[in-house]
Parts: sequence; structure tokens; C-alpha cells
Amino acid sequence: MNLAPVFINIFAIGCLFVSFVKDKQKTKRAIKIAVKTFIRILPTILLIVVLVGLLLGFVPHAVISKFMGNQSGIVGIFVSALLGAILYIPSIVAFPLAASFLKAGASITAVAIFITTLTMIGFVTLPLEIKELGKKIALLRNGISLLLAILIGVIIGAIL
Amino acid sequence: MKQSQKPKPRKETIKSWLFFAASLAFTIVLLVIFPNRQTAVIKSSRQIFMEMIVILPAVMLLIGFFAVWVPNEMVIKLLGKTSGIKGIGLSLLLGALPTGPLYVAFPLAAALISKGARVSNMIIFLSAWACIKIPQEMVELQFLGARFMALRLGLTIVFVIIMGVSIEKIMESKVT
Repeated sequence: MNLAPVFINIFAIGCLFVSFVKDKQKTKRAIKIAVKTFIRILPTILLIVVLVGLLLGFVPHAVISKFMGNQSGIVGIFVSALLGAILYIPSIVAFPLAASFLKAGASITAVAIFITTLTMIGFVTLPLEIKELGKKIALLRNGISLLLAILIGVIIGAIL
Repeated sequence: MKQSQKPKPRKETIKSWLFFAASLAFTIVLLVIFPNRQTAVIKSSRQIFMEMIVILPAVMLLIGFFAVWVPNEMVIKLLGKTSGIKGIGLSLLLGALPTGPLYVAFPLAAALISKGARVSNMIIFLSAWACIKIPQEMVELQFLGARFMALRLGLTIVFVIIMGVSIEKIMESKVT
């Protein structure tokens, strides 16, 4: 078992205590935001729970290994990068999903690329980005991020 | 600060619930057709649910505290006035604060650029906002391990800074 959940829960409770002592009203608002955020993200969390169950229960390891595993080569790189760019998932749930890909036979390179494109590139939010920042910045940022994701994945794969 | 963008959170939520309902229905149908898969699917689902539920409430609380104790005005002021290495560091740091989904950051970055923030800093800020979030990193640590996390973060920071500077160069050369 990992220590991360223990650590973050102690940290959060510590923050709660300090915040409550300093300002009750603000603490109330913070908890309200926390609950609201949780409710907003809940369907996505449950969706991931179902999808991971489907993925691990139905898709044989051999298939995931073939498309995202160590032997998948260039195809694996593009499958992972595209999957990450198209899917629109908050990064909190991206990590558990990525970990289950890893467990199911995907390579470290593929998983690192998937996380990076998933978080940095958004096909879904691209129209909004263009509207706010202009076509040039938005397209440059998304395009270069795609290349960086592949670079990051390949380097991580080479080292780990 | 002007709140120029409203991405219709309610509609988004309804869509997410519909997605979940559809996938659940799909799964139930599949499990009825292939009853021998039931144990594997339910076991995997329950495992990932347990792993997420021990960490997510705490992450949500931290997001709430940041929203209340760190005002947006302060974020804008600090980012807009800095430049150079200090600005890069600040952009990374501020982007890493848990402050919501990426589409919230687009109008924020646009407002900052119009106030005189450097384009490179804003690219760095957006990228950090996208993939280096302090509470989320706890989740990465738990699920993917310290070595993976440290490597991914280190590489991402280096490359994102290079990307920010390059995009700024490209933008400037097109202008002049």
C-alpha cells in the first residue's frame, strides 16, 4: 500500500484545522467548493470506474500490449498520443486510468505520452482556446505539446 | 477580474452523467451476454474505485482551500508584473496551484497577456496548469510511483520552458 493517500489526507485535515481557526466563513466556503467540485467530477469518476472494469475485464492483455506495449513501436506512440489528445478527462482521474493501462500491459513510454497529451492537448477545448488566445498561439501550443509529449515519453521509456 | 467565459457547467454535468449511464448500461448488457467475465470486471472496478475514494475527498478539500484563500486578483498581479527567470518560476508555480480545469485558464491567460504579461510566461503557465497540479501529483505518486512522477515532471518543466520561449519568438518574428 502506498503512503500518498495517508499523507494527503493528513495534509488536508491540517489545512482544514488551520483554515477553521483563522476564518470560519471562508472555511465553510472552501468546503462548499470542495463538495461542488466533487459532485461535478463524480460522474466522470464513476465513468472511469466502469471503463477500467471493462478494459481490464474484457480486453485481453495481449491486445493492449500489441497497441501500447514495448513492441508496439511507432504505432504505439501514435495510438497513445491520439488517445490522450482526443479524450477529455480531468487529470485527477487520468493517473488511475494510466496506471491501469500500465497494469494491462502498456509500456511506460505509451503511458507517459498518454498522460502528457491528455492533460496538455484538448481537442474539445480548442475552440475556446482559439477564441481567447488567438489561432496562432492555440495551434502552436497544441502542436508543439504533441511533439513534446512524444519526446517526454520516449525519454522516460529509455530511462525507466 | 472579469468573468468573461461561462462553459455551462450544468450542461457539462448532465452530459457526464449521461455518458456514465450509457457506459453502465453497456457494461451490464455485456456482462449478461458474457457472465464468465463478471468477476474480472467487478473486481477491477471495485479496486480502482477504492483506490480513488481514499484520495479524492482530500484533493477536493485542497482545491476548495486554494479557491478561498488565494484570490484570483493576486494571481494576476504577480504573474503580470514579473519577467525573466523569476517570471518563469512564478508561472510554473502559479500554474501548479489547484485552480480548476484548463478552460478556466484560457481567459485568465488572455487577460494577463493584454495586461502586458509575456507570451512565454503564459504558455508556461498554461502548460503547468494543464499537467502539473499540486494535489493531482499526489494521485500520480500513488498510482504511478515516485520515479515516474519525478522524471515526467522534470522533463515536462524543461520542455515547457523551451516551448514557451520558442512560441514567443515565433509570435514576435511574425509581428515585426
